[in-house]
Amino acid sequence: MSVRALQRNPSLCCGGLLVSAVLFVAIFHGWLAPYTPEQMDMTRRLAPPGAAHWLGTDNFGRDLATRLAWGAEVSLSIALGATAAAAIIGTGVGLLCGYCRGAVDLVLMRIVDIVLGFPSLILVMALVAVLGPGPRNLAVALAAVYWTQYARVARAAALSERERDYVLAAEAIGVSTLRILFRHLLPNIAGPLLVLATLGVGVAIVSESGLSFLGLGVQPPTPSWGWTLAYGLRYLRSDPWMSTAAGLTIMITVAGFNLLGDGLRDLLDPRAAAAPTGRWRLPGLQRPAF
Amino acid sequence: MRYLLTRLGLFVPMLAGVVSVVFLLVHLIPGDPARVLLGEDASPQAVAQLRHNLGLDLPLPSQFLRYLGHLLHGDLGVSMFQNAPVLDLVLARLPATLELAAFAIVVSVCLGVSLGCAAAVFHGSALDLLCLVFAQLGISVTVFWLGILLMLAFSVELHWLPAIGRGVPLSSAFAAALEGRPAALFDSLAHLAMPAVALGMQGAAIICRLVRSGMLEALASDYVRTARAKGVHPFAVTFRHALRNALLPAVTMIGWQFGNLLGGAVLTEGIFGWPGLGQLAVGAFSQRDLPLMQGIVLTFALVFGLVTLATDLAYGLIDPRIGSR
Repeated sequence: MSVRALQRNPSLCCGGLLVSAVLFVAIFHGWLAPYTPEQMDMTRRLAPPGAAHWLGTDNFGRDLATRLAWGAEVSLSIALGATAAAAIIGTGVGLLCGYCRGAVDLVLMRIVDIVLGFPSLILVMALVAVLGPGPRNLAVALAAVYWTQYARVARAAALSERERDYVLAAEAIGVSTLRILFRHLLPNIAGPLLVLATLGVGVAIVSESGLSFLGLGVQPPTPSWGWTLAYGLRYLRSDPWMSTAAGLTIMITVAGFNLLGDGLRDLLDPRAAAAPTGRWRLPGLQRPAF
Repeated sequence: MRYLLTRLGLFVPMLAGVVSVVFLLVHLIPGDPARVLLGEDASPQAVAQLRHNLGLDLPLPSQFLRYLGHLLHGDLGVSMFQNAPVLDLVLARLPATLELAAFAIVVSVCLGVSLGCAAAVFHGSALDLLCLVFAQLGISVTVFWLGILLMLAFSVELHWLPAIGRGVPLSSAFAAALEGRPAALFDSLAHLAMPAVALGMQGAAIICRLVRSGMLEALASDYVRTARAKGVHPFAVTFRHALRNALLPAVTMIGWQFGNLLGGAVLTEGIFGWPGLGQLAVGAFSQRDLPLMQGIVLTFALVFGLVTLATDLAYGLIDPRIGSR
């Protein structure tokens, strides 16, 4: 991609930079963070931001920047894992429905409709409550709810692609259904799915932090953005930086993935970038309002 | 009429599916649900009693028929921890949540449509850029953090608005205002302001982007050009011709957004001490109060389904082409 193309797509640049920064912190937090997330200093409880502790300390005297850096690994692992699982399941189901149609399409899409009949966060919460809290169950619950978005997009794309010449030609020479689905159709519908997945990571991060905020997600002492924000509420009046730092971290990360998704959409569908209606043309994820 | 019947015809099987999923929730618990709920130290008698109370000692089809029969009689079971009928608990809290969600939708629509319009009319200006930044931030900010920021600013620092609680229910406050006692209404609105803004901000950002792009397309279309050429007042061109068409995608989004608001209400209610269904849900989910969980999830899904149905019908009314297809 040329520099000029990047200049024309500031969303992609900003989003890419933000996401790269967060991923860098999430991967290399062990080297970057000057403390360990459990390292307590009771003499410096709720210390304000300063040279020793860039973002201050929490009520146990633990370095907030360190905990947020370690929390990045937890949050991104859950979000990326859930999004990957949802994308793989949803794309597979959508491709199958769009290409095969008939009874398979009817049955699977009714299941999709039923899952979409629930407010997504409520269903995620119910699943986590039933399965039990913890990062793995949280990722499973998120994937179990959000795969439907990918199924709808993949089905719609597969429906329009299945009548194209290259698919008809593959059928005519006897290529197997599985090969047609994953070797021929998938690469041609991957663009919108990639954009959806990028936006989906942001949605998953918000969902994860929301559930951890309520005490249903990642359990202490594992560092978590949502839990840090929730705990900071107790010290909101006297020491607001605890909640503020966690909230800003979540917002910047989600904004990064949203910008990256927008930028990718403009890049992969130049008509979307040129036309004013292009934005939000893609059936986007049901963004949770939290 | 045909459109209405089609939508209703699609709603019924969807509702049946939702009921089935809610019923199956209890069976997703790994292992014996009664043992998991009571803990490893529970006596076999207590486990057997809970299995009987939850109907888990029956074959699965019988359990489902029993659950369905109870549902049709308006019996959602009894809360395991509050020892009260689930329906009573849900109905006592539902109005507060609906009130909050409705106000959040009002905030979303008013803010989103006005900013989207302004951004499109002044396309390419600093105002347009400002609206786009607002939309990006609004989509990225989490409702619980925004709630905390609002509380910090307007309650802790400025002391303008009450930090927690609901105040007088809005219907009673309106009645009191009509009788010449407006203080209750002001109190009610003061309690509603921050939770509704926090909850509605993301919807406002999404609607703003939708309306902006819809308006830009409409303003560049032939019928708007024709209206301008005929000398129609710019105000009428913008609001009567362009906005009406630009609102169509936003109407669909408003229906979808309501589902998100119901989810977001769980978090907002927790922050602002709003005594709604969300707070009840958090308690039920934390304690694994299965009958209450099932009742709450079913209620949320039912409300969401009805709002989606109403949105679909409204869409048919706003755009007659859809109804006639």
